[in-house]
Amino acid sequence: MSFQNIQGQFEAEFENIQKNLNGKSGSDFNLIRKGAFEQFKALGIPTVKNEDWKYSNLKNLDKLQFSFNSASSISKTTFDSLPFSSLKGISICFVNGIFSQELSNIEESAKIKVLTLENALDQIPEVIEKHYGKYVEVDKEGLSALNNALSNSGSVIVIDENYVLESPIVIRYISDVTSENIALNIHNLIVVGKHSEAKIVEIFQTEGEKTAFSNLVTEIFVDKDAIAHYYKIQDENDQSYHVGTTQVNQEDKSYFYSATVTLNGGFVRNNLNLVLNGQYIDNHMYGLYIPNGKQHVDNHTLVDHKMPNCESNELYKGVLMDSSNGVFNGKIFVREDAQKTNAYQNCRNVITSDTASMNSKPQLEIWADDVKCSHGTTTGKLNDDAIFYMQSRGIPKPEAIRLQLVAFAEEVVSQIKIEELREMLDTMIENKLK
Amino acid sequence: MLKISNLQARVESKEILRGINLEIKPGEIHAIMGPNGSGKSTLASVLAGREDYEVTGGTVEFNGKDLLDLAPEERAAEGIFLAFQYPVEIPGVTTINFLKTAINQIRKYHEKEPLDAAQFLKLMKEKAKSVKIDDQLLRRSLNEGFSGGEKKRNEIFQMAMLEPSLGILDETDSGLDIDALKIVADGVNQLRSADRSFIVVTHYQRLLDYIVPDFVHVLYKGRIVKSGTKDLALELEEKGYDWIKSEADALEASMV
Ligand SMILES: Nc1ncnc2c1ncn2[C@@H]1O[C@H](COP(=O)(O)OP(=O)(O)OP(=O)(O)O)[C@@H](O)[C@H]1O
Ligand SMILES: [Mg+2]
Repeated sequence: MSFQNIQGQFEAEFENIQKNLNGKSGSDFNLIRKGAFEQFKALGIPTVKNEDWKYSNLKNLDKLQFSFNSASSISKTTFDSLPFSSLKGISICFVNGIFSQELSNIEESAKIKVLTLENALDQIPEVIEKHYGKYVEVDKEGLSALNNALSNSGSVIVIDENYVLESPIVIRYISDVTSENIALNIHNLIVVGKHSEAKIVEIFQTEGEKTAFSNLVTEIFVDKDAIAHYYKIQDENDQSYHVGTTQVNQEDKSYFYSATVTLNGGFVRNNLNLVLNGQYIDNHMYGLYIPNGKQHVDNHTLVDHKMPNCESNELYKGVLMDSSNGVFNGKIFVREDAQKTNAYQNCRNVITSDTASMNSKPQLEIWADDVKCSHGTTTGKLNDDAIFYMQSRGIPKPEAIRLQLVAFAEEVVSQIKIEELREMLDTMIENKLK
Repeated sequence: MLKISNLQARVESKEILRGINLEIKPGEIHAIMGPNGSGKSTLASVLAGREDYEVTGGTVEFNGKDLLDLAPEERAAEGIFLAFQYPVEIPGVTTINFLKTAINQIRKYHEKEPLDAAQFLKLMKEKAKSVKIDDQLLRRSLNEGFSGGEKKRNEIFQMAMLEPSLGILDETDSGLDIDALKIVADGVNQLRSADRSFIVVTHYQRLLDYIVPDFVHVLYKGRIVKSGTKDLALELEEKGYDWIKSEADALEASMV
């Protein structure tokens, strides 16, 4: 059996948690966890034999020893020096999965709740009851099941009905891996109420050079007529593993607008699953990944059109440098009832080195007849004519390449509705594409 | 200013330039004409430094420097400008951003301070006016979706911005309506000066009514087979290339 070592570590941790429940082991919440852990044991950690994991091999994970409760002493000064720390807005910060009051900036009001999972269980059990773990599919993904069983960290964000929140809510996850490898099971829940609008940013960063294994589930419920902007930003070290599932449930006439930007990460797997549970729903999914070195970035997306008159739009772009790998798999389901669906998907990649590679695969399954769907995927090198054209105007080749790559990336970054974040990303992308 | 001696070049083992000799003095305008496929664009590209073409012999001296030794961007910084026969579309990079980068890279090459945004904008406004190019166009992605005429005009605008000492215009007149042609010619004439030279590649005598050349050369099968004054262009307009081709073919046959 593969993953014996790592699976053993998770089992020990699960038992450890169960032992310390102090009489809460019979709670509904814990029963769900127990069920999820059984599911995990049955499904295991995915191997490349699993079609959805064909190009993303987790095998090296099994060689590592992880700590599950690693306290960190990241100072405010170190924190302030990290990228994105100056981003304005409401923020909730976790260091090694542990909520840090000092590094967070939480302004609560009657209309917004920004809570840790623990506090949410206490304060808004009805919301947890209704939404938590209700959207993510634990019966298919072993790591999602593991997440449900072990999640020891997370935030719960609830935007009440009829409220437009201007300032972004930033969820920060910083993994301090200066002294040991750490494993995190993070579970976020975001609920955007009827007729409301919010911008949520999730940022993942590491400090130090050891390995952080982040196993993340974020569930987002976008109620009727609500608008949710969701930006996932990843800037982790080359040793890191990040497996994240963002599970979105959209109701009638809701709008979901996302950008997933992977600046850095050793092994990154993002699942973005959208279930369109109503009519006249609109969504846009953008993605950008710019791996270098041996970084591996895999984006799997799924849009499930269940009802008529909805539209989905998807654009993922990648710049693959050095010996990096990219994977894109975009599933679109258009169910029998989902007439008048418009679904568009596009994945475009630029490869800047002979040793970089990209595997992209659109996967459309359409059972309705009155639909408009299109998909396209391209992977190629930069156009030599364009590079020469720039050189002939006095721009040295590396700069000509950089200008074009930055322009290529900008198409995704420009979709982000938070100007400050856009500018930060622009600078970081320009620096990386040098 | 420019001295081309016995220049030979090939692409993928195909000989295209087979011994070009041409000398251009400061302030001169040389027109290069010749049938399709004779090597005019190849010559222009080799001068600009395109790597696809392998120079197999000969030399090119530009203002005392060995031109063939320089990278394309260094040639540009030294004052060579090629207006492309087929300008390239570059998505996502605006003409403004592109030119600002170009100008400042060239300034850097000459160890000059970069232009700041205000200085650049002022220069751009002035030059845009002189070649009657719309500001809006310059804010769009470089050449993307531009009409054929707009692309050509953008080439002349770029030339006006970069103020090269040798401008090479490869069929900049093709596809232009008569008004645009005059604007392009005006653009060149405004830049004309005692120390700035031009190579004008064209198929049409018409352009040479507006940009009056000092010399006209005919390129055929990779060689300059005839040179003359602007009257040669008139003669070609009237008689076509057949007589030149047969003269040149006969000469080549006699030499083998
Ligand atoms: N990259 C290339 N690969 C193969 N052949 C080439 C390449 N570039 C040019 N050629 C060939 O070299 C010859 C000269 O081409 P060139 O474009 O220089 O001609 P030209 O005189 O500019 O023609 P036109 O008047 O049609 O613009 C042609 O036969 C052309 O097909
Ligand atoms: Mg040509």
